[in-house]
Amino acid sequence: MSLLAIETVGPATSVQDAGRHGAQRYGLTTSGAMDRMSLAVANALVGQPIGAAAIEIGPFGVSFRAHGGAVRVALAGAIRSMKVGARPVEVNETVFVGEGQTLALGPARSGMFSYLGAEGGIAGEPVYGSLSVSARAGLGSPYPRPLRSNDELIVGTADAALPERRLKIAPHEFGPIRVVLGPQDDAMTTQAVALFLDVDWLVSPKSDRMGYRLEGPVLDHADGFNIVSDGTAPGSIQVPGNGQPLVLLADRGTTGGYPKIATVITADLSRLSQTPAGGRVRFVTVQIEEAQAEARRFVAMLASIPSRVEALVRDVPSGETLFSANLAGRAVNALDPQTWQDAHGRDEARS
Amino acid sequence: MTKSYPRLTVSGDSALALEFGDSIDPVLNDQVLALDAAIARARIAGVVETVPTYRSLLVHYEPTVIGFAKLGELITEIAARGVATLRKGHRWRVPVVYGGAFGIDLEEVAQRHGMTPDEIVARHSGGDYRVYMLGFLPGYTYLGGLDPKIATPRRHDPRLETPAGTIGIGGIQAGIQCLAAPSGWHLLGRTPMRTYHPRRDPMFLIEPGDSVTFFPIPVSEWEALDRAAEAGELVAEAVDP
Repeated sequence: MSLLAIETVGPATSVQDAGRHGAQRYGLTTSGAMDRMSLAVANALVGQPIGAAAIEIGPFGVSFRAHGGAVRVALAGAIRSMKVGARPVEVNETVFVGEGQTLALGPARSGMFSYLGAEGGIAGEPVYGSLSVSARAGLGSPYPRPLRSNDELIVGTADAALPERRLKIAPHEFGPIRVVLGPQDDAMTTQAVALFLDVDWLVSPKSDRMGYRLEGPVLDHADGFNIVSDGTAPGSIQVPGNGQPLVLLADRGTTGGYPKIATVITADLSRLSQTPAGGRVRFVTVQIEEAQAEARRFVAMLASIPSRVEALVRDVPSGETLFSANLAGRAVNALDPQTWQDAHGRDEARS
Repeated sequence: MTKSYPRLTVSGDSALALEFGDSIDPVLNDQVLALDAAIARARIAGVVETVPTYRSLLVHYEPTVIGFAKLGELITEIAARGVATLRKGHRWRVPVVYGGAFGIDLEEVAQRHGMTPDEIVARHSGGDYRVYMLGFLPGYTYLGGLDPKIATPRRHDPRLETPAGTIGIGGIQAGIQCLAAPSGWHLLGRTPMRTYHPRRDPMFLIEPGDSVTFFPIPVSEWEALDRAAEAGELVAEAVDP
């Protein structure tokens, strides 16, 4: 076992997995990763189940240090700079971090959340089958709160001899976010439903894991904004009294008392979650049958991710790498004529 | 707009609800709880969990296993059978420190209704409440049965943070709010009881369909009871029916 110690960290960084099910009837929400697809990628790279616990990293930078042994990690999701010591490394690839070495991640350049998976997984005590942090509920393991400096996570010890791996993954597609209307679109005026689908919504900086607040024209209720409280789903879009939609996400309340105009489809929740504050979102409706067909495709796509991991072969190896590897005993350096003239000469002599 | 019930609604591709009405009514809530129990017995493949609320049951499910049309049909059928052998709920007696720093809105609520704070306490603690649902946050218990004479519309400006254990009223509803949270309700007191405790077995105490009464305790008892509750004791009494 090795330790992954947190050196510096911003807010909104916590251990998350596929979420906690079975106690929504008591008001305990599911929590879990905001971007299930990137969670799956990070886990698949390090050989973990796609829904296993990883470190969900918010938009700020964070740095780690390996203690008590080497670790192997992989980052997926929001694009950001990544270095082991002074050496730049890539997202969507496994990264070996030797004992005592530092892994430093910059702030997100695009997107909101990154996921750092660790070989051997993150050790913890599951509650309702999950290590996910729910700060409000005081749940999550090994820490029932977002991560802080000096926290330590127990992970597997990595073998330096194993080859690194990568996963070629297309970035999230642009385009409208698909919703199924209801369950209470009839609590809104018909003009409000049309307007909801007709404008670009701005993601408010007051958004968080609980929900994304959207800013735009005021949506009018047909007959008051209070309903008798009922259950919510991930992606439920509530319209409270101020007429500004609120998309309920991983840490949502399990029930709510405002009309829900529509629900974001499962297949588009990851993409929506990666829209940063100040970003724009447009909605388009699909029928329930299409939404469920997309959900099935999405789940199948997640399940296929581990089979798409491949051994890492550098496309353009550096001269330094080739020399140090000394592959055939005759690598050349284009900037040093002596190396290639000699090699050329020998080849000619042989032919 | 007239709706006919029960009404099946779509909450996205992974949840559906069956609504029995649109009001807070024990008869509707009984139908919800009966359906909840019947679905648990039916063990339908693909159903992940259910969330009973005042007048509807939300069913979370996996669309990879069962589609909306099929599950909707099954659930509507089960509801139509109307088997209602409801579990007998527990009766909970919940201690409350009313007023002062524990219930900062007690005076104001009393003034609004032209009553003394003691009369508000007597009316609130004299009620026999039904647990309609738990929701929003862990252990947040929504109660019906508030004396209509002390019903008080929600605050215009919700507070961004209210303390754990808050005993509040909002409109005709009463509640036990287990965790610190934002709230637009009026705070009458606090209970040391933890309806939810992440490090206690069981983690949750109260179920929908249970009933609750409150009894005032002096502030001098708070500290000991609060400590006992934090250590995992019930501090409230549960009476089996």
